[in-house]
Amino acid sequence: MSALRILVPVKRVIDYAVKPRVNKAQTAVETAGVKHSMNPFDELSVEESVRIREKKRAPGGVDDICAISAGPAKAQDILRTAMAMGADRGIHVEVKEGDDLEPLTVAKMLKAAAEQQKSNLIILGKQSIDDDSAQTGQMLAGLLGWSQATQASKVEFGEGDSVTVTKEVDGGVETVRAKLPLVVTTDLRLNEPRYASLPNIMKAKKKKLDKVTLKDFGLENEKRLKVLKVTEPPARQGGGKVEDVDGLVSKLKELGAL
Amino acid sequence: MLFAARRALLGRASLSINCRGRPGHFLSTLAILEQRDGQLNAGSLSAFTAAKKLGGTVHGFIAGSSIAAAAAQAAKVEGVEQIVTVENDAYEKGLPESYAPLLVENIKKGNYTHVVGGHTAFGKNVLPRVAALLDSQQISDITGIQDEKTFVRPIYAGNAIATVESSDAVKVITIRGTAFAPATAEAGSASIVPGADPKAGSTTEWLSEDLAKSDRPDLATASKVVSGGRGLKSKEEFDKVMLPLADALGAAVGASRAAVDSGYADNSLQVGQTGKVVAPQLYMAVGISGAIQHLAGMKDSKVIAAINKDADAPIFQVADVGLVGDLFEKVPELTEKVKSS
Repeated sequence: MSALRILVPVKRVIDYAVKPRVNKAQTAVETAGVKHSMNPFDELSVEESVRIREKKRAPGGVDDICAISAGPAKAQDILRTAMAMGADRGIHVEVKEGDDLEPLTVAKMLKAAAEQQKSNLIILGKQSIDDDSAQTGQMLAGLLGWSQATQASKVEFGEGDSVTVTKEVDGGVETVRAKLPLVVTTDLRLNEPRYASLPNIMKAKKKKLDKVTLKDFGLENEKRLKVLKVTEPPARQGGGKVEDVDGLVSKLKELGAL
Repeated sequence: MLFAARRALLGRASLSINCRGRPGHFLSTLAILEQRDGQLNAGSLSAFTAAKKLGGTVHGFIAGSSIAAAAAQAAKVEGVEQIVTVENDAYEKGLPESYAPLLVENIKKGNYTHVVGGHTAFGKNVLPRVAALLDSQQISDITGIQDEKTFVRPIYAGNAIATVESSDAVKVITIRGTAFAPATAEAGSASIVPGADPKAGSTTEWLSEDLAKSDRPDLATASKVVSGGRGLKSKEEFDKVMLPLADALGAAVGASRAAVDSGYADNSLQVGQTGKVVAPQLYMAVGISGAIQHLAGMKDSKVIAAINKDADAPIFQVADVGLVGDLFEKVPELTEKVKSS
């Protein structure tokens, strides 16, 4: 089996525990001064890559784990986190603050990066929790003409470059077998990401972090979707509490739900 | 009214374009239908509802091993002109490596301006690959259509609603099922025509599946859902407390991520940003605190009821009716009262 060269795209997003607020101009969600973290599904991607190496799961071994992120300067924090978790190095694609890339552009960028880095396995999160698009991995696989296994809960390596992936689908799981090169997107059940230890955080500061731009990949930030407006969802008002089960039943009847 | 007027206008616009010798620029939508073992997934008929909202002509697409009956059923949907079918075992499992080129071939052949599918496991897997092959930026999980290029979609786990305008020539769209009721198959009479089959091979191979068997209503489309959380304490308690209530109400069973992660319930039952999005008539949250990721999956329910022992749980801020108490006491009591009423 070929040695694995794993590319792990990671995204800096508003922390999952923060309730996002729409800005006054209704053009976007307020991001200034808000806590950001690595997209939770991307933590699973980094963890899985590191475990494949640590547990020697791939018969051909792991040559390289490269994390990549596109975003403003602060995206480097996320890359350092990935390196503290065990990625070997990072690539930061510098994009101006607020100049977000659409999934199709990210997929084109990752295609160029994968070719340049000679990657044969790309592990992405199934979706980012800000835009909730769930597109990038599939688009990337399509552009590269590679196999794809989305919403993975288990990844196993076999002989002759074969990879067996269990995927979360509506109503249960499905298992497929592909060959490298392959794009995998992670689902929550895949693993439990580790916390980076302090010594590893210190070591990560010394790991290599390359800075590039979209232009280096021959790309521009082309926007196909224009955001006309961002609003708060209609607020839902709690209807108060009842004393006992009888109260609950009669209120539900009153509301026409029973 | 507006819809009809806009359709008439669009019809006229397309006519004038056609006169100038640029055929194929009128609005036409291909709705992607899902099937399993020859059975049409009724939920996928939501794609027709969205397609009809767009205006223009509506075609359906279905592929697989044995699809005649499913195609015939889809052909009965009012306002649909054509069902494009590709009967070939290779597409039965919907593997994206072969299914995406199949769709691209048929989208190009039919000169469609819009492609609509469900934001389901299948749609999420296949359609972004299709969009990339068409060099189109997909619009995911829409809940509203303003006009043929302007769409409404929730972002940030439903904490914000974005209105976006697409400039792509072919708009690839996935829809949130709960926002578009499935079209009903009645007196329509669409023609059923064979589509193009590029016979693209798949670089992945389908091995097996393990689907949770249940006699209860399907979670995504049920009119009532009872959902349990970490408060249930164990799988045994979850089954003992939640299942009788579900059966008494004729409801589907859901769960919070905490309950799924702790092994109380199967992953396919998870409601929330990372699980299923539901919008039933009644959503009953039992032992669920109401984290934003969970609310993302159920806050469009018509009536929300909550039973929780913590009076300050955030779920009470969205619940139409809340009961503070021990669920191990209250739920069996509720089950009995529902049964006897």
